[in-house]
Amino acid sequence: MSDLPLIQADHAVPAPTPATPTRGGRGRRLRLLSRTDRVVITLMVLVPLLLVVALVWFPALATVALSGTDWDGIGPLSEIDWVGGRNYSDVVNIYPPFVPAMQNNLLWLAALFVVATPFGMFLAVLLDKEIRGSRFYQTALYLPVVLSLALIGFVWQLIYSRDQGLLNAVLGSQTDWYGDPNVNIWAVLVAAGWRHVGYIMLLYLAGLKGVDPSLREAASVDGASETSTFFRVIFPVLRPINIIVLVVTVIESLRAFDLVWVINKGRNGLELISALVTQNVVGEASRIGFGSALATIMLAVSLVFITVYLAVVMRENRR
Amino acid sequence: MSASTTTRPPTSEPASGAAPRRRPLRPARVALHLFLGAVAVGWLFPILWAVLTSLRSYEYTAANGYVSFGGWTFDNYVTAWQTAEFGKHFLNSVYITVPAVLLTLFLASCVAFVIARFSWKLNIVLLGLFTAANLLPQQALLIPLFRIFTEVPLPEFMSDSELLYDSYWGLILVNVAFQCGFCVFVLSNYMKALPRDLYEAAMVDGASIWRQYWQVTMPLCRPALAALATLEVTWIYNEFFWATVLMRTGDKFPVTSSLNNLRGEFFTDNNLVSAGSVLVAIPTLVIFFLLQKQFVKGLTLGASKG
Amino acid sequence: MSRPRTEAEYLSRLVPSSVAGIGRRSLLTGVGAGALLGTGLLAGCGSDSGSGSDSKEVSVGSNQSDPKPKDVIAKVMDGFKTSSGITASINTVDHNTYQENINNYLQGKPDDVFMWFAGYRMRFFAGKGLAGDISDLWGKLSGYSDAFKKASTGDDGKQYFVPSSYYPWAMFYRKSVWKQHGYQVPTTLDQLTALSAQMKRDGLTPIAFADKDGWPAMGTFDILNLRINGYQFHIDLMAGKEAWTSDKVKKVFDTWAGLLPLHQPDSLGRTWQEAAQSLQQKKSGMYLLGLFVAQQFGNDEQDDIDFFTFPEIDPAIGAKALDAPIDGYMLARKPKSEANAKKLLEYVGSKEAADITVKNDPTTLVANSGADTSGYTALQKKAAELVGSATEIAQFLDRDTRPDFASTVIIPALQQFIKNPRDIDGLVNSIENQKKSIFTS
Repeated sequence: MSDLPLIQADHAVPAPTPATPTRGGRGRRLRLLSRTDRVVITLMVLVPLLLVVALVWFPALATVALSGTDWDGIGPLSEIDWVGGRNYSDVVNIYPPFVPAMQNNLLWLAALFVVATPFGMFLAVLLDKEIRGSRFYQTALYLPVVLSLALIGFVWQLIYSRDQGLLNAVLGSQTDWYGDPNVNIWAVLVAAGWRHVGYIMLLYLAGLKGVDPSLREAASVDGASETSTFFRVIFPVLRPINIIVLVVTVIESLRAFDLVWVINKGRNGLELISALVTQNVVGEASRIGFGSALATIMLAVSLVFITVYLAVVMRENRR
Repeated sequence: MSASTTTRPPTSEPASGAAPRRRPLRPARVALHLFLGAVAVGWLFPILWAVLTSLRSYEYTAANGYVSFGGWTFDNYVTAWQTAEFGKHFLNSVYITVPAVLLTLFLASCVAFVIARFSWKLNIVLLGLFTAANLLPQQALLIPLFRIFTEVPLPEFMSDSELLYDSYWGLILVNVAFQCGFCVFVLSNYMKALPRDLYEAAMVDGASIWRQYWQVTMPLCRPALAALATLEVTWIYNEFFWATVLMRTGDKFPVTSSLNNLRGEFFTDNNLVSAGSVLVAIPTLVIFFLLQKQFVKGLTLGASKG
Repeated sequence: MSRPRTEAEYLSRLVPSSVAGIGRRSLLTGVGAGALLGTGLLAGCGSDSGSGSDSKEVSVGSNQSDPKPKDVIAKVMDGFKTSSGITASINTVDHNTYQENINNYLQGKPDDVFMWFAGYRMRFFAGKGLAGDISDLWGKLSGYSDAFKKASTGDDGKQYFVPSSYYPWAMFYRKSVWKQHGYQVPTTLDQLTALSAQMKRDGLTPIAFADKDGWPAMGTFDILNLRINGYQFHIDLMAGKEAWTSDKVKKVFDTWAGLLPLHQPDSLGRTWQEAAQSLQQKKSGMYLLGLFVAQQFGNDEQDDIDFFTFPEIDPAIGAKALDAPIDGYMLARKPKSEANAKKLLEYVGSKEAADITVKNDPTTLVANSGADTSGYTALQKKAAELVGSATEIAQFLDRDTRPDFASTVIIPALQQFIKNPRDIDGLVNSIENQKKSIFTS
């Protein structure tokens, strides 16, 4: 397969071909497109875009707007009262779960980033060697990802229950794994890591399978050890997948929700922003304004990561 | 992908691998297998523990605790199937999952194709809009989305509620909107790595953009599409939040939501819930085994073997 | 080609008005989607053509998803069909989902009649105009005590609710355990404390306790508040009229803090079922919970369950008030057929419907006093007597106050209290601050 990219791809392959000057070509190519082609292109982009804008971005903006109201979610929109920034000051000043939730989200990110993600990558590297039973190992590690939430919540209840759990039975201890607010976040992080590792392993394994084998051969001819081959040669080549893994990790920790929700609805040491949003917005509570303020804070934090990510992608494309 | 790969239980893999091969076992390999084996067991153990639980009667485990031996029964599965009316709800899940996955892949591949095929400044914005949509917290968008759904009328033959609310159409669209981002991201990376001269050749042949997309690019993306299909089936199938908030008719709920029927108002037979959860998990496992090979190939994400 | 066309139509309407300018283009989404989906896969979407104009139909939204109550509802609706000739279609949604979505459900297209709870939760929807007035119907209902009528009345003095069943909260115990140790039912707080001390000496956990899910501890708060400050204070506190920082509330927490060492430790990681199991396994002496605790016991153990009402704390207040949440039916704001819906409501409030329930479900108490309760178990009889002798009946904390206050403020606060029972001042201040913010909105 020759490589003469007309546009820049994310180069996973080594020895990137020098960037072909696209400037001259682009305008000409556009003119080459027929009228039908142009309509088709427009539609190919616009239709999905419209769907995403209408069902994701428009509600997101509406949420931001609602965060300035004290709406309870009932009745016509015209009856909504504007309260300005009161919800935000309430969140920060008189809402006890907010600070623990921020801390827990950061802890979640740190734990996945420092422990679970590297471990998943490590396992992928091991599984990338041609070993027997690789599919069995892959399946075992990936299984937690495909299982439904109800099962996972219950699986861990079986293990962590204070009175009847396996862990206390085996250790002979009486630790209140789910109830003690100093302990439960760590217990849940183990469960979260359990799910995350398989996911990262599979993504990374996919990336590794795509690495040109000749690279590795060249490195081993040079006498480099396996470890240094990985860090000096393979890892840099896997830049695109590294970014994906990073993004996935950030997404997972920001949106982390379901585990704590099935355990105790995100209370008592397991507060997470997403769970607080849900407590306030979903269900009978219906503090739409207040919940929207929490959601807006969450959106804002997400946007920081989205911007960073886009900046990286953009730089990638320029190179 | 032979049928045998799909039906073979995963545990038989190491056994079949025990047949002698060319390479002798080096100590490092043994250590590697020991390590991976230990990790795999550690990962499988909680699930197996739950499966074991699903095979025991609640009376027994309530009296003796879960760390005990006895009370074996298959009744939980029978009861779960009947109580939660899984037969009907599995079908509902199919109505939702299959169109949603197909539509997601189709729309995402369209956008990805344009992003990969042309190098416009706008691409980065597009990519950002789609990928970021994937990052947004879904619960936060519930109320506005619910309002939109109750305002959009549908003809009665499409939805008894005559609204997008409480119809499969609405549910499918929501899933598509939230899943598109990730697929656009992965597919555009994959498509960018395809050799460009394919298009040059196609253009020389006078192929329209649509044909370039449909007949040149898409066939080459099959592995990536298969990989995404696996992930998306799993995600959309396991999704129950939107189903419960945007639907009101219990009989139309997908199977993951109907699992809640096994939880009592006060009393929950956890063994029964595990049996139900195991039943619910089976389709995703089948899909995974079916597409596992494609899966790893498909996510090579823009890297090329040269 | 008719499918894509109509789909396109609906998609074009999907566009919010703010972006309606480009609505025309969304037509093509429809074409794309239709091309992809064109098969009969979605045929299921447009079923059920028999609409509500038929005057022989009515729909009921039910949260009774447990097998036994679900079966009972089906039997009651069969009874309705026999007596009126109207078919009631039941839309069952699991209890939890039903409750979480009630706001959206009532604002969407609710069923003609829906199941709900008495108390603030009922008055809230009545006040919001999401429920239909059924005062005229109450003239035809018989067998309901004034307490039930009051519990069915909205803030405007009209009735919006037909009670069907209820269950009391009390201290449950196993007769065999108490007989073995020779325990006596305590009637004062001191006696309860002394009994608990004795239980500790006998190697039992005096009071089983669990609050992982947040709501069981509300029962403890309620009963202490009812015993210490009385029913009216409970109602006013729940309505936001009394300050949480008052000495009365502090006294409730103080008393509770004194009792906490008698409770099972580490309650925040335990479900009520696990706590009930410790009672069932004779490891705990007693457990404050609703009548549903019996569901955790085997059939052969049902006769061994007994209960007493929480003992008196202040002689001036007495021990006659208790929590006994009532479940029942309400009318949607715009039922498809109001006449049929009211007929159904009249039927579910009748003696006949209550008789069907008594015959088929031994875990609940029926609200209609005219019902033939000879089929009750001993436990049911005693529970009915207890509620019958109560001077005031509270609905339970999360049914007597705003749901947002109960779930986002009280649950975390009570859990905080259980974690750290010492900082009562800080706790009530935090509750009061949040209460002010919520109740003014």
